[in-house]
Amino acid sequence: MMHKLLIANRGEIACRILRTAKRLGVATVAVYSEADAHALHVELADEAYFLGPAPARDSYLSIEKIIDVAKRSGADAIHPGYGFLSENADFAESCAASGLIFVGPPPRAMRLLGAKSEAKATMMRAGTPVAPGSSSGDDAELIEAARALGFPLLVKAAAGGGGKGMRIVRAVEELGAALDSARREARAAFGDDTIFIEKYFSGFKHVEIQIFADMQGGVISFFERDCSLQRRRQKIIEETPAPGLTPSLRARMSEAAIRASRAAGYVGAGTVEFLVGDDHFYFLEMNTRLQVEHPVTEMVSNQDLVEWQLRVGCGASLPLTQNDLRMSGCAIEARICAEDPARGFMPSTGEIVHFRAPPLTPFLRIDSGVRAGDRVTHYYDSLLAKLIVYGENRAQALTRLQAALEEIEIVGVATNLDLLRAISKSDAMARGDYDTEFVASNIDALIVPIEANMDLDRVLLAAAASIFLADVRRAAQEASRAVGDAWSPWAETDAWRLYEPAGYEFAVMQANRTLTARVMRSQVSGFSLIFGGVETSVEIRKIGDRLLLLVDGVKHEVATVALDDGIVVILRGRNYVLKWLQAATSWQGHVPSDERVLAPMPATVMRVAVKPGDAVSKGETLVVLEAMKMEIAMAAPHDGVVESVACAVGDMAKEGAELVTLTRMDGA
Amino acid sequence: MPRLDSLVNSKDADYAKNFQFMAERVAELKRIAGEIRLGGDEAARERHLARGKMPARQRIDALIDPMSPFLEIAPFAAYGMYDGRVAAAGVVAGVGRVRGRECMIVANDATVKGGVYFPLTVKKHLRAQEIAAQNDLPCLYLVDSGGANLTSQEDVFPDRDHFGRIFYNQAMMSSRGIAQIAVVMGSCTAGGAYVPAMSDETIIVRNEGAIFLAGPPLVKAATGEVVSAEELGGADVHCRRSGVADHCAESDAHALQIARNIVGNLGPAGTTKAAVRQPAEPYYDPAEIYGLLPQDPRKQFDIREVIARLVDASEFDEFRKLYGPSLVTGFAHIHGYPVGIVANNGVLFPESAQKGAHFIELCARRKTPLLFLHNTTGFIVGAKYESAGVAKEGAKMVTAVATAAVPKLSIIVGGSFGAGNYAMCGRAYSPRFLWMWPGARIGVMGGEQAASVLTRVKREAMAKRRKDFSAAEEEEFACPIREQYERQSIPLYSSARLWDDGVIDPLDTRRTIALALSFALKAPIEETRFGLFRM
Repeated sequence: MMHKLLIANRGEIACRILRTAKRLGVATVAVYSEADAHALHVELADEAYFLGPAPARDSYLSIEKIIDVAKRSGADAIHPGYGFLSENADFAESCAASGLIFVGPPPRAMRLLGAKSEAKATMMRAGTPVAPGSSSGDDAELIEAARALGFPLLVKAAAGGGGKGMRIVRAVEELGAALDSARREARAAFGDDTIFIEKYFSGFKHVEIQIFADMQGGVISFFERDCSLQRRRQKIIEETPAPGLTPSLRARMSEAAIRASRAAGYVGAGTVEFLVGDDHFYFLEMNTRLQVEHPVTEMVSNQDLVEWQLRVGCGASLPLTQNDLRMSGCAIEARICAEDPARGFMPSTGEIVHFRAPPLTPFLRIDSGVRAGDRVTHYYDSLLAKLIVYGENRAQALTRLQAALEEIEIVGVATNLDLLRAISKSDAMARGDYDTEFVASNIDALIVPIEANMDLDRVLLAAAASIFLADVRRAAQEASRAVGDAWSPWAETDAWRLYEPAGYEFAVMQANRTLTARVMRSQVSGFSLIFGGVETSVEIRKIGDRLLLLVDGVKHEVATVALDDGIVVILRGRNYVLKWLQAATSWQGHVPSDERVLAPMPATVMRVAVKPGDAVSKGETLVVLEAMKMEIAMAAPHDGVVESVACAVGDMAKEGAELVTLTRMDGA
Repeated sequence: MPRLDSLVNSKDADYAKNFQFMAERVAELKRIAGEIRLGGDEAARERHLARGKMPARQRIDALIDPMSPFLEIAPFAAYGMYDGRVAAAGVVAGVGRVRGRECMIVANDATVKGGVYFPLTVKKHLRAQEIAAQNDLPCLYLVDSGGANLTSQEDVFPDRDHFGRIFYNQAMMSSRGIAQIAVVMGSCTAGGAYVPAMSDETIIVRNEGAIFLAGPPLVKAATGEVVSAEELGGADVHCRRSGVADHCAESDAHALQIARNIVGNLGPAGTTKAAVRQPAEPYYDPAEIYGLLPQDPRKQFDIREVIARLVDASEFDEFRKLYGPSLVTGFAHIHGYPVGIVANNGVLFPESAQKGAHFIELCARRKTPLLFLHNTTGFIVGAKYESAGVAKEGAKMVTAVATAAVPKLSIIVGGSFGAGNYAMCGRAYSPRFLWMWPGARIGVMGGEQAASVLTRVKREAMAKRRKDFSAAEEEEFACPIREQYERQSIPLYSSARLWDDGVIDPLDTRRTIALALSFALKAPIEETRFGLFRM
């Protein structure tokens, strides 16, 4: 066994590898970039070393820096995780040259399998069915090959992975543009713009076989994972066993994968990806690293694949034989990413102000690389955490997945949680009947916006009011205590009046809607909420980050997160952002629709920078005056459009004379 | 502290009748209060809203801290007067919390006759300022008024406690460091212009607020100049040129927000001058007060039953229980604030008065606030008591009451007659607050006594002229006197004329007292210098 392991990665996978290393008593070294100085993996590792600036090429992709850290820290092995340098044969060679164990396959196998077209050739020779397609070539050759292959087809980057550099092309006219953009993307992502084409199988599933090989020639199969649920060709939900996969097909695919591994001289954890449909399967590629979705295999096999990697990496033979390996039950993984499905899966960045995962059980595992307070930057991928559930059967696993997805709470960045929930509850998921196009073809149905309904609004308002009233009470009590009036009756929040209590009308903005309600008779234990002409009693049973409310006797447990200008109410895992629009701020709606910019003192107009109709932004210079030998730049007080200009260069403007009139722009 | 023992039996037949009687009176009070809360007539209210202006009470709600209490003063001012159409005397006033600090708020209600000052409007405004001055409360004037009511100038302009006193008070309070803040949300004409001009900081709402000594009609009449209200005295004029106002607001809500910010910058507030402790609810249910107060004000009841339902944990340390028992004195806490209670159990005897004076001395020395609970027909009469010096003993108590420098609160729970009213800190003795309960009566004497005294005088005068005064004639003479006294001694009659600060639900009393004590105890308490006690 190695003594000290350097983990050349970040995020959830670095944390996950750290945990196994720690369990095995292996000392750990983390590396980090400027953006990750406060990251979880840095905290968890025994030692941590700074690599460099946030961009990956200056940090996590820098072979030189990582080898240097390994030497400085006295590490004797490096685990590359996935992504970054994990499939970089040069890195593996550098490790070897520095006397370090590279936890992964031999560089030769990496090179062979990394070049996708070569890999396909090798597989064909090994008797594994491969998807029809071309070898790499220039555009003319590829267009020629495409005509022969027919459409639709896939354009793929030879060095690719994770969907980068991949395009579906449905007609010959689209091919040229697709090749161009795929090459551009591949060059940017992998430094290699080698492209090939492949037949595109519509309605097929993406099923992969996890294999494990040792240096002694042993290879076993951990069987399959169904990774068909993808968005933009990136997996989001994976499960094992693959629904509907027949035992015979499973056996044939396992054999093919083991053959492929042997043909490539593979060692370590590897994944052979296939397209499966109509009782056929085609080799796609072999990934020479630990996969993101490896935990589902661990759940059903009760094995720790990272432990296997570390042992085998140090020369040990496989801990179990194929016959000893017992697979039981079903496991499903959902990837929680910082991205907005409603906006084309645009990555979302920002601070995670709230992160709460359901408690772990033997049936629920969460691999997370973030916690509240962390920043999600645009430098790295958007994966925040993986939620993995186990069930004795698929139905049980799916129920647990749905429950866990309802309980996880993330505020601060947009996430795909709602999409994951929708998929987990879809009929297709229930039946296990989905293909690689399922998410894309059903996206509109899967990202339905929250439907406004009075009952939901009432609960949101009840939660908002509870927090608002507690804040008001706290402020009132603090003010009282500050003057020695610790139990001041003025700090009550029941809007007491002689004869008849008053109420307080408050309004919140929620997703472009304004919700208005009135609170009355507020006490610590509850209040009345009048909303939509109906009075509701709200009892507060517990208050704090988690709020337990009885709204007209019906129990609701919600979490709340304070924002600068509102709160996030999390109800059954869904985030509802409510912005305060109370009396304190409502006057902002009354700003005048236009504003005249006036001369502050008698002055000469030196320059007029705008003309009627110009759009100007706040702070932009409109007119320059000179008075008392001083230049005065008159700036736009707000964004707007110049309605009129009442001065010209050389004018003597009197004090208070109008210079420019602006019209406020809508939505400013 | 010992808990008071209660003999109230809620199963008693009288209890149920009393309860019903009081509940009806409170319901009637609330009904009237509800009508008054509306302000002016519907047309005036609609006009006000159509101009984008907030109603006076809504302005107050937006000014004070969200969901905080508001202790309104004199809500029944001018009730039944001036044709019964000047709700709350056209001005809403009371104490409210702004940015955690209790302030006096005076808001003109422009929907009530344009917010003009009737004599009682002036009286109420001055009373609000008096409360502010006594308790060091920053003043916020939400101005929206046409100024003095020109048709009643003799009752609003020339005398000491007329319109001009408002500005005198502003100057005097400002000199004492009590902030004067005006929010001009409507017209502010003639004398009214001095409210913002005399303030420490002034806010004016664009296109709504206007400040000028003479409005456009007067200017046109005087000089022929035609000028709009906004050009004459609007926000731009006063914020950019004249310097009469300091802050320009875009709306009522904006102006109130600025006012809140101003209060936030007032500097340190006074600290509580008492050892407060954690409040405890009374052991006995305060709602039982309804049942224990007799319908007939002449029926005696033990005032300790009321005390037991007002004070924390119903605990009361009685002072000199066995001496002069018709006056109950002792220490208690109300909502955590220490108070010395002086309460009547009937007619005042010389010993009761002497004990009262002693107890007030104790409270003044200890700087404990005083709470007076009135239920007395006055001092005992008769040769025995005159010769025992009842006037001398009464004078001791009156002297103590007048000069004790601690905060004093008075509540007329039953009768408050004759010199008893003086000894119990009636209006003339400047208690910080004086409230009445719905069944209370106040007068120089009861209607029956007054009628019989006047009838006897009349009979004697008739006899001198050797004229007959038949029983029928006697009744004809006495009846209107009884009626007059009855009409004039009821709480709403008193409240309409600001002889008190409001008629309150007995159930609100504990809270009302607590709110008042909270800020009263934050103002400095002077050392008491008693007057000479006749020995």
